[in-house]
This record gives sequence, structure tokens and C-alpha cells, in this order.
Amino acid sequence: MAAPLTLLLLVAVTIRGVLFRSNLAEIISERVEVVSPLNAWKRVVEGLALLDLGVSPYSGDVFHETPLMIYLFHFLVDYAEIVFMIADGITAVALYLSVQIYNKNVFRKQKYALESERYPADCLELLRSPKEMFYIPLKVAMFYLLNPFTILSCVAKSTCGLNNAIIALFILCTLKGSALLSGILLALATYQSMYPLTLFAPALLFFLQRLYIPVNLRRSSFWFFTLQYAFIYFGSLIVITGLSFFLLGSWDFIPSVYGFILSVPDLTPNIGLFWYFFAEMFEHFRLFFICVFQINVFFYTIPLSIKLKEHPVFLMFMQIAIISIFKSYPTVGDVALYMAFLPAWSHLYRFLRNIFLVSCVLLACSALFPVLWHLWIYAGSANSNFYYAITLLFNFGQILLVSDYFYAYLRREHHLTHGLYLKKKDGTEATLVLK
Amino acid sequence: MAAYRCGLYLALILILSRIVHPGIADTLEKANDTTGEKQSASDAPRDNADARSVDLNERQWQKTDVEPYTGDDPQNTPSVRPAKDQFEEELVIRPLHSGDIYASFQFRTLWDVDFQQEGQKTSHYRLFPKSLGQVLSKFSVRELHISFTQGYWRTMQWGQPFIASPPGAELWVWFHHTVTDVDGNWRELTNVLSGIFCASLNFIDLTNTVQPSASFKPLGLGNATDHSFLRYATLPREIVCTENLTPWKKLLPCGSKAGLAVLMKSEKLFHSSFHSQAVHIRPVCQDEQCTSKAWELRQTLNVVFDLYTSGQGKKEWSMFKMFSRTLTEACPLASSSKVYVDITDNPEGELFELSPVTALLSQAVVLGDRRTYSVYDLTRAETFGQLRSLNLLLRWKGESGDMLRPLLHAERYVSGFGLQTGEIHTVIYNNHPFRAFPVLLMDSVPWYLQLYIHTLTVTSKSRENKPSYIHYQPAKDRHRPHLLEMLIQLPPHSMTEITVQFDRALLKWTEYTPDPNHGFYVGSSVVSALVPSMVAMNTNFTLDQPLFSSFVPVKEESSYFMRVYTEPLLVNLPTPDFSMPYNVICLTCTVVAVGYGSFYNLLTRTFQVDEPSPPLAKRLANLIRRIRGVPLLT
Repeated sequence: MAAPLTLLLLVAVTIRGVLFRSNLAEIISERVEVVSPLNAWKRVVEGLALLDLGVSPYSGDVFHETPLMIYLFHFLVDYAEIVFMIADGITAVALYLSVQIYNKNVFRKQKYALESERYPADCLELLRSPKEMFYIPLKVAMFYLLNPFTILSCVAKSTCGLNNAIIALFILCTLKGSALLSGILLALATYQSMYPLTLFAPALLFFLQRLYIPVNLRRSSFWFFTLQYAFIYFGSLIVITGLSFFLLGSWDFIPSVYGFILSVPDLTPNIGLFWYFFAEMFEHFRLFFICVFQINVFFYTIPLSIKLKEHPVFLMFMQIAIISIFKSYPTVGDVALYMAFLPAWSHLYRFLRNIFLVSCVLLACSALFPVLWHLWIYAGSANSNFYYAITLLFNFGQILLVSDYFYAYLRREHHLTHGLYLKKKDGTEATLVLK
Repeated sequence: MAAYRCGLYLALILILSRIVHPGIADTLEKANDTTGEKQSASDAPRDNADARSVDLNERQWQKTDVEPYTGDDPQNTPSVRPAKDQFEEELVIRPLHSGDIYASFQFRTLWDVDFQQEGQKTSHYRLFPKSLGQVLSKFSVRELHISFTQGYWRTMQWGQPFIASPPGAELWVWFHHTVTDVDGNWRELTNVLSGIFCASLNFIDLTNTVQPSASFKPLGLGNATDHSFLRYATLPREIVCTENLTPWKKLLPCGSKAGLAVLMKSEKLFHSSFHSQAVHIRPVCQDEQCTSKAWELRQTLNVVFDLYTSGQGKKEWSMFKMFSRTLTEACPLASSSKVYVDITDNPEGELFELSPVTALLSQAVVLGDRRTYSVYDLTRAETFGQLRSLNLLLRWKGESGDMLRPLLHAERYVSGFGLQTGEIHTVIYNNHPFRAFPVLLMDSVPWYLQLYIHTLTVTSKSRENKPSYIHYQPAKDRHRPHLLEMLIQLPPHSMTEITVQFDRALLKWTEYTPDPNHGFYVGSSVVSALVPSMVAMNTNFTLDQPLFSSFVPVKEESSYFMRVYTEPLLVNLPTPDFSMPYNVICLTCTVVAVGYGSFYNLLTRTFQVDEPSPPLAKRLANLIRRIRGVPLLT
């Protein structure tokens, strides 16, 4: 399996290298779908320039990267292209290995269940065979590396690629079972963009499951491990934040990075839901709606953790998807990360209800983004509503996609316990509904 | 590194300490002024010994050089100490090469009071307007400069103005160093001034206020260097009209009843190519030893009339044509009241004919150029002649030669297309044939244009010209603008181009002006420079100068301070659709609700086999059976 992966990496690097050398790179790096005020490369360079002028990069409202990021690029600014390509490679390899481990776990669990005859007889066709699972890790890596969204994001040198790499490494460490590394990487991801905070729950659930600790609030072993993991996580978060403080000698970055993410002052158009909503918002409702929209991102964590407590990896996927849909400055790089997981759920395909519609919507929207942007900004023949309509549709498509996968996952689990061909009381074929 | 920086600052300080106020009219005063007010603010003692010696030289030169021209200047006025308050007025008329007429009024009121001493309450006002005096004492203002300008001064056609001002309103204030809450004082002050001048100065807030570190130094007494007491703001969109002129005229001791101010009829003043009115208040010395301080209020009004086109191409003008008034008397309160007409290009009367003829001549070095003026002293009865009225008349005989190109000139524009990004180009011309000189460029750009300082390029003669000093303060969204100050060395006879890229922000719909597609104004950039004097550039030795003085060409005023303003910019920003906030709120909330709803559905419900519900009749029957306690139907 190493050979195809190497080949894939080579192809991916070649594509990126060619694009970096072409004059498309400059056009791509200006696209609002690809870069947001949070992660634009132009702003990283600006931050470094400000630092050179002796001005704190956080004294203005152009730079919103974390202090560690400045110091990384302070040394690596000349090798930025290589850094971003390596980051993409790391993400892909990490996802590849994680999915491999995940598949092994799934297969082992399935085997135990089969041996203990827990599956109904007609469910055998739902079970996953090693043959179909063999290529899934490679497909995941391919979905990430060859996804046009990832390529665009990498060519634009959006620091989103680095955040994705951290999250992918976090997933890998979690699945490997290393609580310490997982906690540190999760803290790093949280430090970078705050929203990955919600991945704490799936990681904790995974470790508990792995150590056969039941989620029981009255059990001391549960509390012991939870506190241990929380201590690693918050401890490293404090250490990283403190380190940033000592690097710059001020706390200016807190309002400039996290305040900026939470209060959404920059209304530059992007593919998210926030920009036009808050551009058109009535002033006295602004705070209320900002709270509602931000809580919305974190809101699903607890109910999803309860519902999916047996399936932490799927919960992780759900969380990443929800973050990338509802975060305040989303870019296509965020979308690419959760889309990379879709091959891992290929066994859910038969339960998806409107995958055709959703893929059409997403493809059409991706094509229409640049068209309507051009009509609004350059040609002047359309107005902001056109672009807004497309972002709305794109998000609608993403929500449908994610909820469809969620539905399919729950349905498959239901069938695995209750049998695939359900019968009504009178013996006729039954239809399954949510009640 | 530290040594280098130290040296840099030293050089800066040296340059800035030489930046005296644009000493324009003061030099004029000395020619004929014999009331004993020989010392004007320009001669305020400075800690810089150099500057003082230059001033001394200058004064002496004025005396020796000027007096032969002034003819029968009487020495009979009593040489007593001047009255406590003093008022002077003058009007300078300069025919421009383009055929336009430049008229510049200056009114100076001196107020002999020092209310910055502790516990001193001033309630007695003579000539100084009480409204301004109260403002000065209440807000501890040290220096105040405010200008309202309609139209843009075309340097390439008209040469340099006496006092430059940017289009719209400009306000800069130095506060006294005892002020603790400078921003609070500034906010109140702008609101008060807004009332006094009937202008929208109340729109000055933190988002368009900057603290320039080097470009604006106090012009009066004192040597403030801490720029945290300085506030500078422009309103490039401000429209100046009669309602601003009326309160401005009311500040004059004679109002518009007597003196030069009778000429200010708004329907004529605003029917012009350029109109600028200003108020400058600063502390100055009262006497030569500077034992006591005084407040100087200098009101200026500059107008450029386009008489060439309105006069059917005839280059001929009179005071009556310009102002639809003639002068009949000086302001009785004025200690000096004069009209100057620039006749530098017409020494022998071959170019135009000026009537009535005056014997009084004056020469002064203005903006590095030696100019000759005919002087009409309104305090003397013979000026008005038989008709008891003075109507200056100038009739052109021949075509004037080409204008000497201004040594320093700047312009600015925005390049790029679309509403996403753009680039600001500032072009500065140094037209001096052999001398390089440094300029300070100051740019204040509103926050909604997000500047990228790493894209800043400075090129002269197609080569990179690295600024030796950059002060950059990035903007904070909705809190403060960008401030960029640079010290750039302009090579001789060159064009220096400064470019910087920006992103256009999308604003909240309530932050747009009522006409959003008109665009947003960005204030002029300010170029401050010590320009090498044209007098020093002059190698023509036919002027009767003593030989010992003409070997080294740089004798007096080797350089002069000048401020040049560029055009303001008009930048379009992307706009949201203002008509549909409700729709947007509804639609976005719908999508969020779809997300929430579908997750909620999947989270709270479970899969169940769909059993078809029995028909209604059966359900009713079962209900009744349940009440009766009879077995149910299946």
C-alpha cells in the first residue's frame, strides 16, 4: 500500500508545484472562497512586515494569525510553498493511517459481534468485507489530496491547510491511543482556530471506549480518566498560550484572534452564513444573533455525543463538518477536510436519500461562486444578493449532505440490531420512519 | 542599530526644528510697518541657535534691501509699546499665469493674555472673539488650525498658495500638556467648533482622527514634541458655503461692516474656482525679548476667481468686478490695513497697467521666491483719491511668460478595477534642477480600505527609493484609521511614485452613506517639505547685490517650509442590497433552522416500523369501547 500512496503524493505535489509556478496562483490567492481574513497568506506576510517595522501585528486589524504562526513563518517564509505542500501531505498520510486503524477496529468489532451472533441473520449483506475496506484509506488520502478545494487552498497558501494538518494529526494520535499527544494536538488545534474545542468530546469517548471504561457518572474510573485527559488538554492549552505571551510580550493576540473569530467584525464575503447576515443585521439585534450563531456551532456537541457515544470516529466527522459549515470564517479548505472522510463511510451509500441532489447542488455552487462574484464585483451587473444566494445554497447542500450521512449511519446501526428486512405485524414489508 | 536610529531621529528633529510656520505674511509686514511691532511670531526664540541666526540675517536683509523701495515711508508714528490687543488686515492680489486672479485675505488679531497660567480667569475681551477665547481656555488648546476649502488648488497652473489647505475641512489641534483626557477634549472641541462654524465637524471621531508623529509641528511658541497631544482630522467630503462664511466673518472685530471684509460677499466668493477659509490660533511672542506671550488669531480667506472665462477672454479685472464692491475705508480698529498687488512679472509696466498708481512698493521673499508688490495703505486718506473709494483696476497689455514650474508638486489616484482590491498611487515631483531634498509624506486612510504595508513601494527614476523613516499605525476596524508617515528623499528633477495596495471592506448596511454608490472619500495626503529656495537657485547676478554677498548662493532662506496637499480620493466599496435586511435575516435563519431541524430530528427520534394508523371510524369506536371497558376492535 505504500507504493500507491507515494504515487498519490507525487501526483499531488506535481499538481501543486505546477499551479504555484503558473500565474493562476495569484488569482487563486485573492479568491474569497479560498482565503478568509483569518488565514489569508497576504495577511501573514503583512504581519511579518509589521513585525519588521517594529509595530505589533495585532495593533491593527489585518493580522489574525496566532503568535506561534508568525514565529513559524518568521523562519519559513521563504519556503512557504514547500511548507504548505508538506502540510497537505502530512494531513493526507495522517488521514490514511487513521482510517486504516479505524477500519481495523471496525473489522475486529464486527468479528466479535459475528462470533457472538449478535447480528440478525438478514444483516450479513450490511457487514463490511476486508476487500472493500482495503482501498478506503487510499481513497481517503486521495479525496483529500486531489480534492480541488484542497488544491486551491494549498495554492493560495491559506493557513487553513496547517490547521487541517494539526487536526488530522490529532485524529491519528487519538486513534493510536496516545492520550498525551492527542491532548496536546487538540490544544494546538484549539489554539489555532478555537472551534476544534468541540472535538474534545469524541476524543474522550474514544479513549474511554478503548480502555473499556463505561460512561457512567458514578464510576470513579470514568472521572479519573476524564480529568486526566482534560488536564492534559487544558494544561497544554495554557502552556501554548503562555508561550505565545512570552513570544510577543503581550496579550494583544487574544482579542485579535479569538475576539475576531467570535465577534465577526470583518464582513468580507466568504462561503459561510455570517457575512451577509451581519452586514444586513439591525444594530440592536447584532449581539443577540452573534451569540445565537456562535452557540449554534457548539450546541450540537452534547446531544451528538450522547447519540453517538458508541461511535466516536463518526462523531468526530460530524463535529468537523458542523464546524466547517457554521464557523464564522469558513473556507473551502475546511470543507475539504470533512469531505476527505466520505470514502470512509462508503458503506452507508445504500441508505443515503438525496446524495445525487446534494452533489449536484455542491458542484453547481462551486462553479457559480466565481461567476457570480465576477458579476457582482467586476462586471457590476449583479449585486450582492446573487453571491449571497449561492453561499446560502452551498450551505444548504452541505447541511443536507451531513444530515444525510448522519441519517444513513443511524439507520444502518438500527438495521444491524433489528434486521435489514423489517416486517409489519401483519407480515407485509414495513417502512422505517423516525418517530 | 540604536546609533543609526538615534542619528535618524536627530536628523528628523533638525529638519523639523527648522520647520517654522510658513512665514509668509510676516515678512511682508516688516516692509512698511513702523508701529513698533517689529517682532512677529516667526522670530520667536527657538532653542536652535542656527534658526535664530538665520532669522536675524533675514531681518537685516529685509531692512537694507527693502527700504530703498519703500520711498516715502513716514517715520512719524509714535514708537510706543503697542496696545494690548491689536488687529491688522491685508489683502494680497496675485494675477495668475492661467489668467485667474488669486485674492488672499489675512486678518490678524493679537490678544495679550496668557491664560495658561494657573488660576487665571479671563473674562475681558476686546478684539479677540469671545467664542474662540472661551474655547481655547476651556479645552486647554495650545494651537488650533482649521480650514474649510471648496475646490482643489491646482498647483501646476496656479503655483503655490500662501497657505495650503486640503479640499473639505481640516482641523488640527495641539493641546496643552496638562490635558489628561486628550481624546475627550478633542471630541468636545470638535462638537463646539462644529457649532461655531456651522460645519459638520461633529463627524470627526476616532475613526478619522490621527496623531501624526512628524508632519504637524506646532507653529507657535513652545517646542512640543510629544505628539500624543496632537490631533489631526480631515473631512474631505465637507461642502463649504455661505453658512460657514457668515460665522467666520463674525469673528472679525469689524465684522463685514468696514475694512477689507466688506469685499466678502458670498455670492461672489463662492462663484469661484477655489475658495478656502481658515482660522489659525497660536501663541506668539509679544515683544523682541519674548517676555510676554500673546495669542494670535489669524483668519485667512483665499479665493481664485476665474475672471478670464467669465470676462469673455479679456484679461482685465477690477476690484468691483471681483467682489462687486469697492473699498472706502479701513477697519477703524485695525492698526494696519493694506492691499498688496503682485507686480513681480511687471516691473516696468510693460505687461499690464495697474490703476490707481501707488508709489509704495514692497518686496518680500515668499515661498522661496522674491516678489514685488504694490502697496495700498488703507489707513491713509490719499489712497482713496478724489472719489473716496478704491477700485483697483488691472488691464493686461501683453501675454505673460510661462510660469516657473512649482518645485514640489504631488498628485494621487487609485488604480485597479473591480470592488475587491485597489492600489493607491501617490506621485511626488521634484522639479528642482539639481537639488535633492527630503519630504515627509503623511497619509491617513480610513479603516475600510485595508492597507497592506508590505506592498508599499517607493520608486524614483525607476529605482527603489527606500524611505529613511516610516511610521505606520495600522487601522482598527471601526476605531481608528491607518496612519502612514514616511521621510522620502526626492532626487533632483525626478518623479517619485509611492504605491500601496488595499482591500475594500464590505461594511454593515448602516455604515454606508445615503449615496453609497457615489463612493467614499479618502482625505488628501500631506507632503511637508523644506524646499530649496528659488532665490538660492537664482544664478542671475544682475540684481544689484553687494559682491560680498553673492559668492555663496545660499544666503537667506536657503530653504523654506512648504506643505502640499494631494487630491482627495473617491473610492467605491462593494455594497450590500439595502432593501432586503428582512429577507436576508429570514433566509439565513431558515438555512440555519434547516440544519438545526434535521439534526434535532435525528437526535431526538428513533427508527420505528411505520404501522398504518386505523381508519377514523375504527379509532372512534375504540375510544368509545375503551370508555365502556369493552375489548377493543383490532
